[in-house]
Amino acid sequence: MIRLPAFTYLAPSTIDAAARLVAEHGREAMLVAGGTDLYPNMKRRQFEPKVLVGLRGIRELRGIRGSAAGGVTIGAATTLSAVAAHRDIVRDFPALATAAGLVSSPQLRNMGTIGGNVCVDTRCNYYNQSYEWRKAIGFCMKKDGDICLVAPGSSRCWAVSSSDTAPVLWALGAKLRLVSAEGERTIPMAALYQDDGIEYLAKRPDEIVADVQLPAAVEGWRSAYLKLRRRGSFDFPVLGVAVAARMEGDVVRDARIVLGAVASQPRPSEKAAAALVGQRVTPDLIAHVADLAAGPAKPLDNTDFSHPYRKKVTRVFVARAVAAVCGLGDSGATSEEVA
Amino acid sequence: MTKNAFAVIGRPLPKVDAWAKVVGETKYADDLFLPRMAYAKLLRSAHAHARIRSIDTSRARALPGVLAVVTAADLPRVKFGILPVSQDEEALCAEKVRMVGDPVAAVAAVDEETAEQACRLIEVDYEPLVALMSIFDSLAHPETRIHEYGDGPNVHKNVALQFGDVDAAFDAAHLVREDVFFFEGSNHLPMEQHAAVAHWASDGKLTLWSSTQTPHYVHRVLAKVLETPAAHIRVIATPVGGGFGGKTDPFSHEIVACQLSRLTGRPVKITLTREEVFYTHRGRHPVLMWIKTGFTKQGDITGCHLRTWLDGGAYGSYGVASTFYTGVINPVTYKIPVYKFEGARIFTNKPPCGPKRGHGTVQPRFALECQLDKAAEQLGLDPADMRRRIVAEPFTKTANHLTVTTIGLGECIDKAVEASGWRDKRARLRVSAGPAARRSPKKRGLGLACSAYLTGAGTAIYWNDMPHSGVLARADRGGGVTVLCGATDIGQGSDSILAYLTAEVLGIEPKDVHMHPADTSLAPVDLGSYSSRVTLMCGMAAIQAAERLRDAIFAAVARKLEVSPASLVARERKVGVPDDWDKAVSFARAVELGEALHGVLAFPGSYAPPKRAGKYKGGGVGPSPCYSYSACVVELTVDEDTGAVELEHVWIAHDIGRALNPLLVEGQVEGSVYMGIGEALMEEQVFRKTLHKLPSMLDYKSPTTLETPDIHTILVETDDPEGPFGAKEAGQGPLLPVIPAIANAIHHALGIRIDEVPITPDKILKALDLKRAGKPARVGPERLPLLTFKVPLVVESAFGEPADAVVSRPFSS
Amino acid sequence: MKVRVALNVNGESREALVPVHKTLLEVLREDLGLTGTKHGCELGECGTCTVLVDGEPVLSCLALPVEIEGAHITTVEGMAEGGRLHPLQQAFVELGAAQCGYCTPGILLTAMALLAERPSPTREEVREALAGNLCRCTGYTKILDAVELAALRMGRQEART
Repeated sequence: MIRLPAFTYLAPSTIDAAARLVAEHGREAMLVAGGTDLYPNMKRRQFEPKVLVGLRGIRELRGIRGSAAGGVTIGAATTLSAVAAHRDIVRDFPALATAAGLVSSPQLRNMGTIGGNVCVDTRCNYYNQSYEWRKAIGFCMKKDGDICLVAPGSSRCWAVSSSDTAPVLWALGAKLRLVSAEGERTIPMAALYQDDGIEYLAKRPDEIVADVQLPAAVEGWRSAYLKLRRRGSFDFPVLGVAVAARMEGDVVRDARIVLGAVASQPRPSEKAAAALVGQRVTPDLIAHVADLAAGPAKPLDNTDFSHPYRKKVTRVFVARAVAAVCGLGDSGATSEEVA
Repeated sequence: MTKNAFAVIGRPLPKVDAWAKVVGETKYADDLFLPRMAYAKLLRSAHAHARIRSIDTSRARALPGVLAVVTAADLPRVKFGILPVSQDEEALCAEKVRMVGDPVAAVAAVDEETAEQACRLIEVDYEPLVALMSIFDSLAHPETRIHEYGDGPNVHKNVALQFGDVDAAFDAAHLVREDVFFFEGSNHLPMEQHAAVAHWASDGKLTLWSSTQTPHYVHRVLAKVLETPAAHIRVIATPVGGGFGGKTDPFSHEIVACQLSRLTGRPVKITLTREEVFYTHRGRHPVLMWIKTGFTKQGDITGCHLRTWLDGGAYGSYGVASTFYTGVINPVTYKIPVYKFEGARIFTNKPPCGPKRGHGTVQPRFALECQLDKAAEQLGLDPADMRRRIVAEPFTKTANHLTVTTIGLGECIDKAVEASGWRDKRARLRVSAGPAARRSPKKRGLGLACSAYLTGAGTAIYWNDMPHSGVLARADRGGGVTVLCGATDIGQGSDSILAYLTAEVLGIEPKDVHMHPADTSLAPVDLGSYSSRVTLMCGMAAIQAAERLRDAIFAAVARKLEVSPASLVARERKVGVPDDWDKAVSFARAVELGEALHGVLAFPGSYAPPKRAGKYKGGGVGPSPCYSYSACVVELTVDEDTGAVELEHVWIAHDIGRALNPLLVEGQVEGSVYMGIGEALMEEQVFRKTLHKLPSMLDYKSPTTLETPDIHTILVETDDPEGPFGAKEAGQGPLLPVIPAIANAIHHALGIRIDEVPITPDKILKALDLKRAGKPARVGPERLPLLTFKVPLVVESAFGEPADAVVSRPFSS
Repeated sequence: MKVRVALNVNGESREALVPVHKTLLEVLREDLGLTGTKHGCELGECGTCTVLVDGEPVLSCLALPVEIEGAHITTVEGMAEGGRLHPLQQAFVELGAAQCGYCTPGILLTAMALLAERPSPTREEVREALAGNLCRCTGYTKILDAVELAALRMGRQEART
């Protein structure tokens, strides 16, 4: 049996108390909510925190509040199951419900939280291995070593952002409220991340993601999320495509396209989105947009599926997601993958 | 006997161990907790190939809580292996490691964490050697030898057999096809990780509880490696949480647990992690294949020549048998008048391959069935009709001298074709490639394939004249019957089958039969739960034991009722004369009468298969009392933009001889189909540099409920004279046709050929790109190893000769 | 550091003095003697160790007892009531849905949670609910059949009472 390393477990009951504990223990402490990402990593000794600050007992972190008109706020410790099943989210932000409902397995979604998924550790199949395996192949810079095994000449880590919900939240224009002992601030999703496999979060380590704020639902916005993975369950995305667009009749008035699992952070395709705006969507335009979005994607050989294949499918998925959102009907996307 | 005449046989009864399993009472090996039990961990090599210069265990020994540390120096220097010809494994490596994951030391401690921590404190000084990670590597570097033995540098086994003149057969053919295929290796992935508990008691006797499919072989190996009399060793096979061939070898961790128990004087448990299961492996061999077959215009096969190259990994395991199995079973399916087979198993620095469900036959079946599909297309024949025409003749011999008895394959094809709507759909799906279908990227296809598999190997792993299977049936005065047998129930239901057969013969209920787990001290030897042998071999032994018991009881009841024993029947828990049933005595009373007359009622049953080995060197691999047959049709869609394959339906018709319990047979068929789907589409044991690339349940892809379609099982009964009440195997054969049926369906959908498994979406897109570029729309291996096969042993083809006498075997009376 | 955890398991109050980093899986099996809960990977990748916490299927290999004190935990040992099998257990027995039986406890509990929430699920809903439980023996067919049969019987029972 693989077991956890020893640690001290602290269970604050308020977010302020949690923030104080994190500040007090500094680098020795880590936050845990559902534990579905952290505990496997701890079992493989990717992390050996001396102190865990548990967020499960903090009531203010749980639950979905607000309304479509005024904006919905999701407590960071709300489970992915709860997000996926929430009526308002299903109705107004279907891509988010889809993405949350596609994370790993049903059991894991009952434990894993939206905050945890947004902050989920970047992945690489040189990194998500046991201590013995990593030692045998030579430790990489993300843990215990100093080189990148995917791109040996590289000075940075290329571990892959593997969140399903992050690209969707980004495309939906969501914001995050961060709380620390020093106070709190609200940032756009985009500001949470940076393109580095190790330091993929741009927030300070002592800041706790308190909640996810969705903008007020505006007439005409539609969204979709497509996920590439080998199986319909368990697997992390090896490509995620989130598309949100505001339609007026058949003309696109506003659009955002964000790709997941193609870099160390969600990657917006601004050019592609811009190409849609003000246009009537046609198959030719979709093909053009798909090229623009997929062009910069540079998957590497560190996830499931070959990276040339992931690149090929990026184009297909962008086209399908755009078609689904902009009302060109079913073009092969299954209902499970598209909302 | 007609089907209606049975009381138990043929009924969809629950398994006798089902209740314990659904309430969580079944004790698997890791569920055993003994007083004072210590926990052990193995230190495994981080090098794929290296010499061990020294091992320093002092820091580990000093760690509080550590009870014992062992290396090869603490064990007798005796090598072992499942096959007598491949004694090349060590419980702990002494001089050399041959793969990442090879065990080099072990620690017993008060708990698992301490043992693991201590392992990290052991310092091993390695001198790295060149790691050979592929067949091509190993053949290109004869100067680096993984083992000193074998049929050449890094060649474990090289075989060549020829039955008749294949060149003449090809000359006579209308169409000769040569195709090359590759089948990637895969792991069994049993849900239960291997576990063992050893207790070397103070009386000097050793008991090992282990999740093993082969307690008898483990027993033999423990005696040899621990240099302890077998008489003082007891091996108990705990209920196995999934085997599929992965728990069929004796393993390092079993031996080490015993030695650590000897040293600590405590029971010692060792449970492998999932990653260690991937290193322990013995899974499907990666096999490269070249196959040349001649066909007449009508689709008859004129002759076939097959070459296979097996990537064996670091140790022998069952590899010699695996090598033969890639060649010798093929001729029992279709009429193949002349046949030539050349095969070689190559050592590489990877976890050893061995027997996985369908042992050695799955890979060539994929090749042959895909090639048949290509030939049918070229000849303008319907693939089902063509196969129907060439089904082998029952009760004849094959080119390679195997005796086949009943063959239900024709009926299987007919039923699968009918149930799937093959004729209508094959035509309709092709036609529907019209404007509407063109808009959708999802293309639908239907594919078919067939197969055969052995019902138990005709020869034992070590040569001997003893039974392959023994059963002891003891009646108790309460009317219960205890059945002792060395077979392991690995989920296939072997305990249940033995209970059903005993109950049927004695006219009692399965609930009245007490089954005990395989225990070398209590039960007669059964060779193990492998090669689909248990239902037939243990079943026949159980019937014999039960019949002997019945005869004894009948003699006593006949005396009491003053009738002839021949007039008695046993049914409804009674023994009596059918026409005078009021006077029938209860079974319990009958046992008392029997015991009063004979003394204790305990009777053995023994089974050994008919001696039908071909009279040539190598003729011992392939014979089986009888062969099962399957035909499979798969309907699927392929997304031509993403290459994603979605299975819609699988229809499979299986010639089971007789379904002793249709529910269990269906379960075996469905499980086989599932495993075939995984291998066809996603499972692969592959390596990165010198390491297993994906040693986890997340990264090694096993299909979930969402990838598994509804499976429609059709059972065909042929009542084979060799089997218990006519039964043949079901646990392995039905896996075989699934993989080529999927490949053939993908071809039907898109007009592309993926000549290697797994058939992944990227290979499909690659083939479509080739098709669009006007090139041959095929993805598959492009080169073959340079290896000189042996000069073949040339033997006359026995094709079409009448079968050797059936139902003639040792111990049968 | 050992902590005393008070757990409600199958309706019984159980206490254990365990290191805080010991998972629920380990505590159930090693400290409470409830070995009906199995494990196949200990990393949340197979579903074998599923138990119910307040009626929801969770992975006991990734849950800490300290995090679920006070919650109601159901393991396979707690499914049968008063010596009577749960209808799911009965259906699994009758239809041969347990082969090696190793994934069975986790699947039974996951299915139990499904039927509590959705008494007559479609086959696709059963597939979705069980998508986090790997089984290597059955091809899932008999498992899906058994869940459907249990749902049918439970529905009838409901209608009668």
